[in-house]
Amino acid sequence: MAQHIVSRQIYYRVFVTLLALTLLTIGIAFIGLGGYLNTIVAMTIAVGKALLVMLFFMHVRDSSRLTWVFVGVGFFWLALLLSLTMSDYLTRSWVAVTAW
Amino acid sequence: MNPVVIPRAHYLNVNYGIKAWLFTTDHKRIALLYLASITLLFFVGGAAAVVMRLELLTPQGDLVQSETYNKLFTMHGVIMVWFFLIPSIPAVLGNFLVPLMIGARDLAFPRLNLLSWYIFALGALFTLTAVVTGGVDTGWTFYTPYSSTYANTHVILTVLGVFITGFSSILTGLNFIVTIHTMRVPGLTWSRLPLFIWAHYATSLIMVLGTPVLAIAIVLVALERVFRIGIFDPALGGDPVLFQHLFWFYSHPAVYIMILPAMGVISELIPCFSRKRIFGYNFVAFSSVAIAVLGFFVWGHHMFVSSQSVYASMVFSFMSMLVAIPSAIKVFNWTATLYKGSIAYDTPMLYAFGFIGLFTIGGLTGLFLAALAVDVHVHDTYFVIAHFHYIMVGGAVMGYLGGLHFWWPKITGRMYPEGWGKLAALIIFIGFNLTFFPQFLLGYLGMPRRYHFYPAEFQVLHVMSSAGASILGVGYMIPLVYFIWSLRYGAVAGPNPWGAKGLEWQTSSPPPTDNFAQTPEVKEEAYAYGPQEVHVV
Amino acid sequence: MPMVLRRCTLSERHAALAPHFDDIAQQSEASHLGMWVFLLTEIMFFGGMFTGYAVYRSVYAVAFAEGSHHLDLVLGSINTVVLISSSLTMVLAVHAAQVGQRQLLVGFLLLTMLLGLVFLGLKTVEYTHKFADHLVPGSGFLYAGPHARQVQLFFSFYFGMTGMHALHMIIGIGLLTVLVWLAWRNRFSPMYYTPIEIVGLYWHFVDIVWIFLFPLLYLIGRH
Repeated sequence: MAQHIVSRQIYYRVFVTLLALTLLTIGIAFIGLGGYLNTIVAMTIAVGKALLVMLFFMHVRDSSRLTWVFVGVGFFWLALLLSLTMSDYLTRSWVAVTAW
Repeated sequence: MNPVVIPRAHYLNVNYGIKAWLFTTDHKRIALLYLASITLLFFVGGAAAVVMRLELLTPQGDLVQSETYNKLFTMHGVIMVWFFLIPSIPAVLGNFLVPLMIGARDLAFPRLNLLSWYIFALGALFTLTAVVTGGVDTGWTFYTPYSSTYANTHVILTVLGVFITGFSSILTGLNFIVTIHTMRVPGLTWSRLPLFIWAHYATSLIMVLGTPVLAIAIVLVALERVFRIGIFDPALGGDPVLFQHLFWFYSHPAVYIMILPAMGVISELIPCFSRKRIFGYNFVAFSSVAIAVLGFFVWGHHMFVSSQSVYASMVFSFMSMLVAIPSAIKVFNWTATLYKGSIAYDTPMLYAFGFIGLFTIGGLTGLFLAALAVDVHVHDTYFVIAHFHYIMVGGAVMGYLGGLHFWWPKITGRMYPEGWGKLAALIIFIGFNLTFFPQFLLGYLGMPRRYHFYPAEFQVLHVMSSAGASILGVGYMIPLVYFIWSLRYGAVAGPNPWGAKGLEWQTSSPPPTDNFAQTPEVKEEAYAYGPQEVHVV
Repeated sequence: MPMVLRRCTLSERHAALAPHFDDIAQQSEASHLGMWVFLLTEIMFFGGMFTGYAVYRSVYAVAFAEGSHHLDLVLGSINTVVLISSSLTMVLAVHAAQVGQRQLLVGFLLLTMLLGLVFLGLKTVEYTHKFADHLVPGSGFLYAGPHARQVQLFFSFYFGMTGMHALHMIIGIGLLTVLVWLAWRNRFSPMYYTPIEIVGLYWHFVDIVWIFLFPLLYLIGRH
């Protein structure tokens, strides 16, 4: 149960911010930033939006440390799956493997 | 506390009838529902192994055809992994004991617990249907593109069964995590929890974090089979190794789902039967969590020869060495607990001794496999099979049997016959070693796994292995008989036949439906046997 | 801000409290933690698909960009706004429950459902267009271009990920239907509105998944 009741003003402000970030991410997509930068920027904005939803709409900001730990664990494990798997694909070409 | 009698009212006799069991939300009854199901499935999976070991008595493939043999080892693996080992201790002993050990009246979500069993049963039904309608021949690992494109056996039916059962695992883990966090009685701080609880907490983390990735891997295989989309098919631009990444991301931590609860059992047995506090409680508790966490960093060691990048393989190899450390810490601590203890050689303790020795051998051989250069030679040989059977059977199953014997009086109110218990433990130990030690030698000499014919020079070792398997089979039958016998004729146990510490022993045997007449309060450390140690590590 | 609070009756407290919990606070804590643990499993479930996507996008970057250009950016953008709005209405529903305003609660829950249905409707339109353009992976897939197989891979992930997301939306709408019914029957109060909170958590999670899906699927190489 949320310990205190968040004012609706905050929800509206978060909502507007989310909309703005959506417009931003669409707009930037049409601007070539070179290399992987477009993807990095898009993902950064997405992470920002996700954080807003989590902190304010999901009340993580007012939640217990335990909740924070579980949220953190979730993203850490996702990052683990992604990064270790990608470490295989990204490094396959580094060394030419001759026959065993 | 009452003397040694069966209480008038307890969870088993509070009501009768099939509806009382199929619609129960009592965690203790649900544990027994699981006990019945997994025992049945254990013998189904065991039957496949019997046929395999019979076939392997002779070098020729003369008992069954190759395709049939492929189906046998697949079904043996699928059933034993997902329908026996993974649920065994958590769903039977965990379900029964977690609320009791923390002083709660039930798990946090009793109806989810029942749903978990129904989901398990449904998944088992799917898989058994696949078995009787022709089986699957992909190996329990379902490697693509064979499973996703080329196999024409009941792949979808089987993987659906596994997919469904995965949710059972997830719900059990979820239930345990929430229960342990929110329902401990006053005074029961984390540092006073039984190590059985720590082990199940760590196991639940793995269940919750790993199983969903298996689910996705399975869904993709099913979609590939139905729609031919090419996710794992090289001909269509896909990478079969992607499946292996997703599969082993779960399936390696899954082996820790199978062993951690058994370690939790051992941590309960050793102090009780040494009449001594566990040595290094904090280290053992921390090691459980460390194993769960580190276990997620090592999956690529199953893929050293699958064209995985050498750099990634080196990282995985190194991490695999690291994950052995917390397991070793536990073995040291158990052994140190035995030192200067007052040892009793009851059946549960025999299984605990067996566990320590056999798990150590299995774990050490894991280090052989973690070394890249060695693995290249022994990958896909009987060396691997011996390694994991030492851990799964010599370790996990022994832990399960030890726990079953230890808590049988609590569950049923009756003692099993101790003489037969010791005999069965001995037969199992001998049979096990005769079955699987030769397999280390076979694998090292080059005998590949999943083959039913082999060069004649391997026959002696195979015959030894099959002979051991027959002894092991006898060994497993004996407890089945005397446990059932004990329900009617076993000595009445009373609340605490072992004189053990732990909240579960402070209520009657069998416990009432609500577990405790009065909510207990915890005032001392766990395993407060004998005089207090000055130095608590 | 004035809050309309109802005193909860003793019977309400008993009605909502399950017998194995000591008190309503423990039950609420357990429910919240339970939903967060469940969302953990969902992160890993979708995570598996995101991993597959990441692998293939890194290997077939050109084909993935090509496939992305065939997606309807307008519909995708509208859907993003629709879903974010539904998160707003969901949290406003929780707020209404917190202050005991039953009609607002029911209203916002219905609005959330409506927005969810709009999302699914637009998704259906998108899927229909893709089907008509022969871009659904499988035997009916037809694509003129040098990277046809890899573009099909892109669409496999498109359909797989948005389809899985849509399935979760459907489940969410089902849960909301139950909540609407319970709310209408006056089962919630400022003392007890946990189910609304935890369904809200689920709904926001599904929104977050889309927040990542949208740029990853619709905005590749648009410059």
